[in-house]
Amino acid sequence: MARYDSLLDSVGGTPVVGLPRLSPSADVRMWAKLEDRNPTGSVKDRAAYYMIAAAEKEGRLRPGCTVLEPTSGNTGISLAMIARLRGYRLVCVMPENTSIERRQLLQMYGAEIIDSPAAGGSNQAVALAKQLAAEHPDWVMLYQYGNPANALAHYETTGPELLADLPTITHFVAGLGTTGTLMGTGRFLRERVPGIQIVAAEPRYGELVYGLRNVDEGFIPELYDDSVLTRRFSVGARDALLRTRALIEEEGIFAGISTGAILHAALGVAAEAVTSGVQADIALIVCDGGWKYLSTGAYAGTIAEAERALEGQLWA
Amino acid sequence: MAIDVRVPTILRSYTGGAKNVEGSGNTLAALLDDLDSRHSGIRERLVTESGDLHRFVNIYVNDEDVRFTGALDTTLADGDSVTILPAVAGGSPPRLTPPR
Repeated sequence: MARYDSLLDSVGGTPVVGLPRLSPSADVRMWAKLEDRNPTGSVKDRAAYYMIAAAEKEGRLRPGCTVLEPTSGNTGISLAMIARLRGYRLVCVMPENTSIERRQLLQMYGAEIIDSPAAGGSNQAVALAKQLAAEHPDWVMLYQYGNPANALAHYETTGPELLADLPTITHFVAGLGTTGTLMGTGRFLRERVPGIQIVAAEPRYGELVYGLRNVDEGFIPELYDDSVLTRRFSVGARDALLRTRALIEEEGIFAGISTGAILHAALGVAAEAVTSGVQADIALIVCDGGWKYLSTGAYAGTIAEAERALEGQLWA
Repeated sequence: MAIDVRVPTILRSYTGGAKNVEGSGNTLAALLDDLDSRHSGIRERLVTESGDLHRFVNIYVNDEDVRFTGALDTTLADGDSVTILPAVAGGSPPRLTPPR
């Protein structure tokens, strides 16, 4: 057990647990880093804390300032907790079709929510936040998609923690959203572990989200550098749901659906390691717990029913 | 040799509205040439004049991003599944209603 001066001081330092029942063999082992054990229950506490601290250090943030952020949930919740403790007003720009749990959490922490149209997803939330930032030059947009402090949080904390707890690590598997976790942890591990594989699992949503009018409306986070990755997998809702449930059934871990997508990619590389007869210690990120997604229907009924329920909802 | 290709909404004007089309080719480049012979114009929406994949287009073979497997030189086999998607922001929620 450990003691901290405040909740913020307890960000990070999460446990790594083995997944003995999901690991395919004694030579190919899987390990989960439980990021749901952070103060607000997700990996985003690390990036939020670093982004706020960096802005404070640069003198951009002073008590009473307004912080603005486009977010689909977890980053907003992390920022809302920190903003409350540090005395900032937080305005989150969120797509209007996000789960009720997230909205209630944000409101409880005192954050204000500005809805962006469901049509257009996070692309629209980012665009609206940029527009609001231009209209309110005194507001501070941390902008997780392009803020180097997001990736730095993982370079300085997630990476070193993993290497200390799992010095034999051969693969690191995480989700690709802002890309901060993979860029920061990936760079740290590449510098210190020869031959390490950095594997991205990217959620593949219902097709409507990809219905841009024009390919040039596409969006790649400014933080993304594909030279950090070894491989990148696209994981659909069905595979993510199957693995989310397997994680509960086999290992007792109740995780969010994006973690199911990460586990799917991790099991894929694990199976390949078995086939090629190499030893592997595969670390994967458990991004958050399943609590905030219960209302989506992902955890009830058959996989087919859950898949249908997720169509039209946010799951990563 | 048959390869299933999933076409995003934005490119279905080239496939007569079809979500899935079949194609053939030993590499991704050959597959795109084959597709373009029946769905004229689709190739230049995916590949730039200099012969690289368009920045905002992601192509996956059996769910793996081809940028990490040799890009257009990625080899294909009978029964492979190819998915084409535009790049969107991480954490994007699906739309509740289709765009008009």
